[in-house]
Amino acid sequence: MSSEQGSREKPGAAFLRGQLEKMRPLFEPGGRLEKLYPIFEAQETFLFTPDKVTRGGPHARDAIDIKRVMILVVAALMPAVLFGMYNAGHQYYAASGLEHPGFAGAFLRGAGIVLPIIFVSYLVGGLWEVLFSVVRKHEINEGFLVTGLLFPLTLPPTIPLWQVAAGITFGVVIGKEIFGGTGYNILNPALTARAFLFFAYPAQIVGDEVWASTQAGTMADGYSGATPLGIAALVPSGPRAAVTEALTEAGYTWTSMFGGLIPGSIAETSAIPILIGAAILILTGVGAWRIMAAGVLGLFVGALLMNLTPDHFKAFTKVPFHYHLVMGSFLFGIVFMATDPVSAARTEPGKWIYGFLIGLLVVIIRVANPAFPEGVMLSILFMNVMAPLIDQCVLRVHMRRREAYLRKFSYAQG
Amino acid sequence: MELLNLGVRSIFIDNILLAYFLGMCSFLALSKKLDTALGLGLAVTFVLTITVPLNWLIARFFLNEGALAWMGLGELDLSFLIFICFIATIASTVQLVEMVLDRYFPPLYSALGIFLPLITVNCSILGGSLFMVEREYGFAESVVYGFSSGVGWLLAITALAAIRTKLRYSNIPPGLRGLGMAFVMTGLMAIGFLCFSGIDL
Repeated sequence: MSSEQGSREKPGAAFLRGQLEKMRPLFEPGGRLEKLYPIFEAQETFLFTPDKVTRGGPHARDAIDIKRVMILVVAALMPAVLFGMYNAGHQYYAASGLEHPGFAGAFLRGAGIVLPIIFVSYLVGGLWEVLFSVVRKHEINEGFLVTGLLFPLTLPPTIPLWQVAAGITFGVVIGKEIFGGTGYNILNPALTARAFLFFAYPAQIVGDEVWASTQAGTMADGYSGATPLGIAALVPSGPRAAVTEALTEAGYTWTSMFGGLIPGSIAETSAIPILIGAAILILTGVGAWRIMAAGVLGLFVGALLMNLTPDHFKAFTKVPFHYHLVMGSFLFGIVFMATDPVSAARTEPGKWIYGFLIGLLVVIIRVANPAFPEGVMLSILFMNVMAPLIDQCVLRVHMRRREAYLRKFSYAQG
Repeated sequence: MELLNLGVRSIFIDNILLAYFLGMCSFLALSKKLDTALGLGLAVTFVLTITVPLNWLIARFFLNEGALAWMGLGELDLSFLIFICFIATIASTVQLVEMVLDRYFPPLYSALGIFLPLITVNCSILGGSLFMVEREYGFAESVVYGFSSGVGWLLAITALAAIRTKLRYSNIPPGLRGLGMAFVMTGLMAIGFLCFSGIDL
């Protein structure tokens, strides 16, 4: 950065700039800490918009780079994080059979449960990230700020911390770094990490017991940790009323599932903070609204098809669309996971197909697959696998159509 | 309805490639380009659709215990010949496909190259026939099973080919480039396909 530009910065910024410039020689070729240059670079571009520009090729001029995009996603996640902390505390007091200490007390207790999980995820994942960027000499990938936060938010609050470390290691190394880092991976790294834990240590991530941490390690009488999905899956055959009644009996009405003070993964339970996040992502143009809309549409069609089955099928098939929408982690998945610009389909018709199939698969797995209680994680991973194929097909159809169009004017006869 | 179930099951749930890992050699070797992968997938589907029912007929009327009763040789049990007969059927069908492609689709024929005759030793083809015997399918089921296993294989290889096209722009560590990454990717794809395992139709 030139000194002219430096002089126009505000005093605080000038001070930071000065400190950075003082450290720069240490990290540049020939300096003592030359090998750790990626760490310096990450600090510098975190604080100041870099002056490097893309060389060659078509590109747009804009101050927004990956780092700013990722920070926006983290900002959009904040309501969900804060709500998740409060809910973890709320569930702690409910499950231990203790008296609720009021809003601040529950929030602090929840922060004590959730923050270590997030901290371990950032610390361990960050170490791998730095190790790879130093050895492979690329920049520290900003995408990690999002991965490292998304992954813990999908876990139950009782998850052992060593599993968080193992999961984020798998997600960052196998899910992303061996492909070359942010922008090159095929599967969503946060979901890869969760899928790894899900299949490797199912006891700590499936079941009724894991969704609330307690004082004594056991649940108080009268508190069942069962999630709405778990309850709906148990209802035998019957009409729609059977399943909604069973849910109401367990304390889950549509409003309570929308509000989200219920057991579940840390940030998935409430629709309100997720919708705030979705609004931020859509208004800033960071998240693809097409994928979200198509996902909801797919869920709608899937639920409608399932509702058509005769009465002797199990009652889960009769769960109405608006219940599917707020049960489990669908909203969190479709807003924050499916819209990951790297692993999603990139063409616009492709985004519609990709989102639609995610929604459809979620219903199919929830209702028809007794092996898994929730289908959001696996259906997004499956569509991540299929996304490049969808894009290729869309591109080919498009090229064929352009060719036919040009041939009409006999431009493309060569 | 039963047949539809079997079809869906063998495409998604029991995907012959990503659930049983059969036919890996050509899956890994020929998935660099989408067109070649599509061609090979179609060839495998075609060969499977023909050989599984054909082998069903052979097993039913010649090889199974008591199958030769129609010739008045009901006490004979030739089932020890199943492997060699199935392989012979497959080899001759592949020859046939090769000639047809050479005559009518020369570009595909030259794109597939050595891998077309190698379909003979593609484990998914023999595997399909052997699963058919083991699971005691009827004739109609064997047709559906052969076809949909082939479609499942086609789906998996085209998905991998599209992914590898995208991976061409990645910055993979040198030791993992090519086959190594294809193996890692196959494992990750299998995790994705796990979403169907356990579905009870």
